[in-house]
Amino acid sequence: MWKIWKRILIALLVIALGAGVALFVYKSEYKLNPNFGQEKAFFQNHQFRLGLDLSGGSHLIYKADVSALDPSEVAESMEALRDVIERRVNLFGVSEPVVQVEGASFVSGGEQKLIVDLPGVTDVEKATTMIGQTPLLEFKTEAPEGTPQNATVGPDGQLSLDLSNQFVNTELTGRYLKRATLEFDPNTREPRVSLQFDEAGTKLFGEITKANVGKMVAIYLDGSPISTPVVRQEILDGQAVISGSFTPSEAKQLVGRLNSGALPVPITLLSKQTIGATLGGSAVAAGVKAGIIGFLLVAAFLILWYRLPGLIAVVSLSFFVVIVLSLFKLIPVTLTAAGIAGFIISMGIAVDANVLIFERIKEELRSGRTIADAVSNGFSRAWSSIRDSNTSSIITAIILFWFGTSLIKGFALTLGMGVLVSMFSAITITKIFLGALSFIKENRFSRFMFSSGLSNGKVK
Amino acid sequence: MFIVKNKKIFVLLSTVLVAVSIILISVFGLKVSIDFKGGALTEVAYDTVRPDQETLSENLKVLELGSVLIQPTGDMGYIVKSRDLSDTEHTALLKVLSLDGANSLKEVNFNSIGPSVGRELTRKAIVAVILVSLAIIFFIAYAFRKVSSAGRQGVASWQYGLIAIVTLLHDVIISVGLFALLSHYYGAELDTLFVVAVLTVLGLSVSDTIVIFDRIRENLSKESKIDKANFSQIIGDSLNQSFARSIATSLTVILALLALVFFGPTSTKYFAIMLTAGMFFGTYSSIFLASPLLVLVHERQMKK
Repeated sequence: MWKIWKRILIALLVIALGAGVALFVYKSEYKLNPNFGQEKAFFQNHQFRLGLDLSGGSHLIYKADVSALDPSEVAESMEALRDVIERRVNLFGVSEPVVQVEGASFVSGGEQKLIVDLPGVTDVEKATTMIGQTPLLEFKTEAPEGTPQNATVGPDGQLSLDLSNQFVNTELTGRYLKRATLEFDPNTREPRVSLQFDEAGTKLFGEITKANVGKMVAIYLDGSPISTPVVRQEILDGQAVISGSFTPSEAKQLVGRLNSGALPVPITLLSKQTIGATLGGSAVAAGVKAGIIGFLLVAAFLILWYRLPGLIAVVSLSFFVVIVLSLFKLIPVTLTAAGIAGFIISMGIAVDANVLIFERIKEELRSGRTIADAVSNGFSRAWSSIRDSNTSSIITAIILFWFGTSLIKGFALTLGMGVLVSMFSAITITKIFLGALSFIKENRFSRFMFSSGLSNGKVK
Repeated sequence: MFIVKNKKIFVLLSTVLVAVSIILISVFGLKVSIDFKGGALTEVAYDTVRPDQETLSENLKVLELGSVLIQPTGDMGYIVKSRDLSDTEHTALLKVLSLDGANSLKEVNFNSIGPSVGRELTRKAIVAVILVSLAIIFFIAYAFRKVSSAGRQGVASWQYGLIAIVTLLHDVIISVGLFALLSHYYGAELDTLFVVAVLTVLGLSVSDTIVIFDRIRENLSKESKIDKANFSQIIGDSLNQSFARSIATSLTVILALLALVFFGPTSTKYFAIMLTAGMFFGTYSSIFLASPLLVLVHERQMKK
């Protein structure tokens, strides 16, 4: 008698554990939990991570031209490139951007690529400009006197003076910049950008200011002058200030761009994709709906065809769903439409093991065994076919994951995880609950309830 | 057993299905998506009224984008397919589509893929297909490693493997044939998901065949003497024993897939249809094609 109570106790314990996991999934989801705002940070940090096709956003693929580099330097330069781009992207306040390097390989061809995912950014032009822009900072000095001035009269009758030949290039550029900071003029409270040069830059700046005392030094950004201060004395500490007429946000942006530096390798845009937020939102809604209906269909089939064990299988399937969803949150897995499809399909595959076990139980019942014996034989004899039928799905999932683009990876990951988790849920959990039912007495009705399909559980 | 008795009819039926599929594929062809060939897809939805399609395509000629395809989508939208677009071309395209801002619209989806990315993906897809096929052939070889002594029963282990591969090809060809139909009538395109679907069908349908062959092998090894009459009998019995579970395991997956076809996101609709077809024919072929073929092979060897 104690043995049965022990089994029931274990089953109750497992239910409590499952309920705990389910509570985690519920509490950590913004759309499910009405009190989400008041939850602990742990729950708030474990929402489902949605891929770009579901959340809306931009996906950009750049090719990096590394032909000028020594092969041994490629990996390092690509990392540096990634950092620069990441800094630039962060500057624009994109939440959770993903910037990753895709190296050259036999499969992907000989190109080094940079993949940039920008959730929420649906203006692809804005995104590409903010990534592609290299702030070019130049310092120029006055041209020698006597250089002719170019003045042109525009079609609207306005006179414009071409300043470009009024200043000549110096060696000093943004390359020698150590750090840029945002500060405010103590008198006018106007934002300005303070520059600190590195050692070589400090020396160059000192020479330039020494030679041009009383003259103008123009600071050019991206080819146009933004500030033309007059040098009062030689500056030796390597500090300069740009006080153009910036708005605070412009100044902040410029500081960020200057600090993020120039790109270590030139890049060109290969492909770009933008998904509007509404399209993503409706895909999520449809995915959730399909998931729920898929679950109900599978559950209905299990209960109608396999009766009591079928009901247990539905319980195991619920455990499966809860476990996989919480894994998606904890790992975390970035969910795409294909990933959701992989998960829904894995629900169908997850009950395969149950089906194999229950069919075996039916055979054992027919050959005259008691319910308890049939159940325990069913589990042990079904194992080899469960293993075989899952092996090929796992092989396919691994290869797809290994080779795929992000789209394929999402599918392979959710499918593969589903198959693996199902081998636990469909076998272990089903066994615990069927074991807890062993208090059921042996009679015609209980044999019917443990049998399946068109069989009535009678001995043949 | 019904299936074994009418084996020739079932083999003929499968042959016809495969032949029809091949004809469909070669006549209709498969539309390759920009995933593989490169190009741009711009999907817009108008806020109030959708302009006339001919007006738009007339206006778009100014942009000199080459051949541009405009397809209506939903009630208020268009999908514009063209070669891959630069940022300026993209902006210009949106301007023309909105009739220079007169007809406000939202860009729902924009995807521009350079030809080199397309070539790379093609290469990746081919490598993945080869690898999955190889892995499955190895898996089949592994699953049938024990039957090397089964030659005395009339069917050698490599023949089991070969039949398993023939049934796989059957499943894939019929699914692709169905896709050619969808491609022709509903504009489904051969994209990344299509390749994934084919590979997943390979993985899922081989296991079904192996489970049934496993049962046949087990039952064959119990018999001391095998001749023509009891070979068919054993195959028939094995089918009877594994029939229900084969159908049940596939049915649960198909139920989940059907939910995906009818209620799931549009982007995975054709993917789910392909998988459903693959699962269906995968189960069908492991029961109605693989076993009849096995009996036919056995009979041929008995005659020798």
